[in-house]
Amino acid sequence: MKYDLIVVGGGPAGYVGAIRAAQLGKRVACVEKERAGGTCLNWGCIPTKSLLRNAELYHLLRHRASDLGFRFDNLAFDWSKIIARSRAVSDKLASGVEFLFRKHKIDNIKATASIPEAGRVACKGADGKEQILEADSILVATGATSRPMPGLPVNGKTVIDSHYAMIIDPQPKRIIIIGAGAIGVEFAYFFNAFGTEVTLIEMLPNVLPVEDTEISVALERALTKQGIKILTNSKVTETSTTKSGVRVTVESKEKQTFEADCALVAIGVSPLVPAKVSLKLDQKGFIQIDDRYQTNVPGVYAAGDIIGPPWLAHVAMWEAIQTVNGIFSAATPKRLKTFPGCTYCQPQVASVGLTERAAKEKGIKFKVGKFPFLANGKALAAGEPDGFVKLLFGEPHGEIIGAHIIGAEATELIAELGLAINLEATHEELEETIHAHPTLSEAVHEAVGNAFGLAIHI
Amino acid sequence: MPITIEMPKLSDTMTEGTLLRWVKKVGDTVAVGDVLAEVETDKATMEMEAFDEGTLSEVYVNDGQTVQVGQKLALLLGAGESKPADSKPSAPASKQSDAQKKPDTEKKASQTKQPEPPAPQPIKTTDGESGQRVKASPLARKVAAELGVQLETLPGSGPGGRIVRDDVVSAHENRAQTVAETPKPVAPAAPALVPPQPVSQQDVQIQLGGMRRTIAARLLEAKTTIPHFYLQAEIDAEPLVQLRQQLNTVNEAAGLPKFTINDFIIKATAVAAAHVPKANASFAGDTIVQYGSVQLACAVAIDDGLVTPVIRDAQTKTLSQISTEVKDLAAKARSKKLKPEQYQGGTITVSNLGSYGVDQFFAIINPPQSLIVSVGAILKKPVVNAAGAVVPGQRIVLALSCDHRVVDGAIGAQFLAELKRLLETPALMLV
Repeated sequence: MKYDLIVVGGGPAGYVGAIRAAQLGKRVACVEKERAGGTCLNWGCIPTKSLLRNAELYHLLRHRASDLGFRFDNLAFDWSKIIARSRAVSDKLASGVEFLFRKHKIDNIKATASIPEAGRVACKGADGKEQILEADSILVATGATSRPMPGLPVNGKTVIDSHYAMIIDPQPKRIIIIGAGAIGVEFAYFFNAFGTEVTLIEMLPNVLPVEDTEISVALERALTKQGIKILTNSKVTETSTTKSGVRVTVESKEKQTFEADCALVAIGVSPLVPAKVSLKLDQKGFIQIDDRYQTNVPGVYAAGDIIGPPWLAHVAMWEAIQTVNGIFSAATPKRLKTFPGCTYCQPQVASVGLTERAAKEKGIKFKVGKFPFLANGKALAAGEPDGFVKLLFGEPHGEIIGAHIIGAEATELIAELGLAINLEATHEELEETIHAHPTLSEAVHEAVGNAFGLAIHI
Repeated sequence: MPITIEMPKLSDTMTEGTLLRWVKKVGDTVAVGDVLAEVETDKATMEMEAFDEGTLSEVYVNDGQTVQVGQKLALLLGAGESKPADSKPSAPASKQSDAQKKPDTEKKASQTKQPEPPAPQPIKTTDGESGQRVKASPLARKVAAELGVQLETLPGSGPGGRIVRDDVVSAHENRAQTVAETPKPVAPAAPALVPPQPVSQQDVQIQLGGMRRTIAARLLEAKTTIPHFYLQAEIDAEPLVQLRQQLNTVNEAAGLPKFTINDFIIKATAVAAAHVPKANASFAGDTIVQYGSVQLACAVAIDDGLVTPVIRDAQTKTLSQISTEVKDLAAKARSKKLKPEQYQGGTITVSNLGSYGVDQFFAIINPPQSLIVSVGAILKKPVVNAAGAVVPGQRIVLALSCDHRVVDGAIGAQFLAELKRLLETPALMLV
């Protein structure tokens, strides 16, 4: 029996690609060695959002209860339960994906896959049995894993990666986090909220280096105020594990040494290329593809983290849909242009489109509109006055080219602006759209007005 | 990768260009910045420079051939590269040929399976007159309005077949094609019903150069679509002649170039346009654009036509600056060395046929401007002076051609009166 498509990997690119192919009436198998859902569902986006929800609540109750008129005499938390809840959420969602596979009659094969040649996938089960499956097309969606740091190998105890960080028990008293991308920043917020002493180290000049600098600077201020020690422009030069933990030497302007129970390495990801078939890779080891997401081997396609940055679940899902649509029709798949990025610490950070830095580098003429949540009624009522909305408009037509939000629910607010960019909306359409009162989204509306001298509330 | 060199768009209005002469020959090594060829546009002769390095492997267009903007001219190969199989020149870069090429590459890309028939394209082409909604992004609409692109005829590449900015921009770039497909009420250069033929052996037929085509198309469009009206006034040129004499005596002694009468007229026009801004404006469909500065275009006759180089921000310049700049621009125009930025963006024009002995005329407006000043020769004639006596005098006739959509009679008259005031008391424009 021959499949129309075999998907290797059951993460966001893999399961979404498999379901889309099934929707197109194709016979599909998805080979995954662990549970369906991949890193995102099992060891990434979802379980960390569960942990962060706990952190956010605890932070709120601990620091803001009296403002809000609550009193807790014995506020306490159960670390093991917090972790157990996060695992339960992942488990539930993974079952959900497995249900979707059944619903779409996708063969969900639990095995380690290799690709001996185009059209064939070798699947080795946990019991050691191997079977060869055949398909017209193969979609490689094997994703990526934490990138190891030279000289500081992950041991699961004193040196951990994000995978270990979300099940670490007991809670560390002190932690050093290396890398202040979204993963590093989210764990810094999480551990700090529960009272762990956190040192966050970033080589580049700002935390969340891909974000707009103004947003990064605002976040640094907020996190420092919460008690996180942040070192930017700082390079880890020496590391050693001690009996009780880890010692890390950091060089910035001066040399400093920090000790902690453990170090979390969050310096990016490495590709997980399937074995056997020789796929053309880029310099960093990610699979190279053509306009149709096809690798150098005809009939073998790739999508998601395995084809390189940005390593985001929502991008992977979109790419998988583009790839599968392209495999089964003559329509040309689209390549990634605009995508949102979200970081779920508090205050949250979300963005879509160009940063001010990028717009300047591209030589685009633009206008900036900003609005602080301090002047937004809903934000004040909710007790969340921190942060602001910053929008970039191209000149002379006023099309929105970038949106950057820091503050409560920023990650939910960004969707409107992704749509605006995708539909090439200009400031006029945003300005003319009624935003419900009172909502945080009014801050977006007012930031549009601000760019053109029409904001009402500032 | 082999690099295809295409006919560049060297000016706003350029739709085709003549490859006058290849400077580099097949087999020559090319460095970035090397001059590959000389190209004649509708406005000037320009040097086409290389943006990449390599070896000129093939040329598809011979010296003297005229081709559309975007058409392949030559192929440049990098070190160790060989010619791709399908390196033959394409028709002028057109949407159609792009569309025909795509399925081929798509087939190549997915040759392991039989591609199913292409998904039906969403319908987005609607008849403009049927009033059907056109799916286009707000940005695409703004850009289309600005570039004058008809959305109804465009295919859309955005979500659900929506027309997005890139579609409009590429349509604008392929405008030559679009214009040919969409007949306009007034064809730009409609030939006579029966094209004239040479009737005797002495007659010659002259091929139109790019400049002649542009003059033909633009002036036909101007004269047939702009509601012209004309004003004229005779001006006492005595004070002007006297002032010029004084200044030139000084200049001559100092070894400086002399001022021409035209220098004074340009200066006066610039000052008058700044004083009467309603005359320094353009008709733009739903709006009138009134310019904040005077970009003074000055008609210069050259061998096979005329060009109108522009004195930037003329209202801020002194008589000497204007005089020097006019001489410089005219020299460049005659040697066809003007750059696009030196002849684009004029807001008002002066045309002077006085040196040919013409005593008065009415020039055709230079769109998108709304006003052109026509200048005749200074003539000695009997005039009646303030005391009522007939005495010998010097007179010059200035005429205005105005676009009535922008400049009404009263505005035109006000502008002409200002011009007269300045020229009859020329010290006024020097302060």
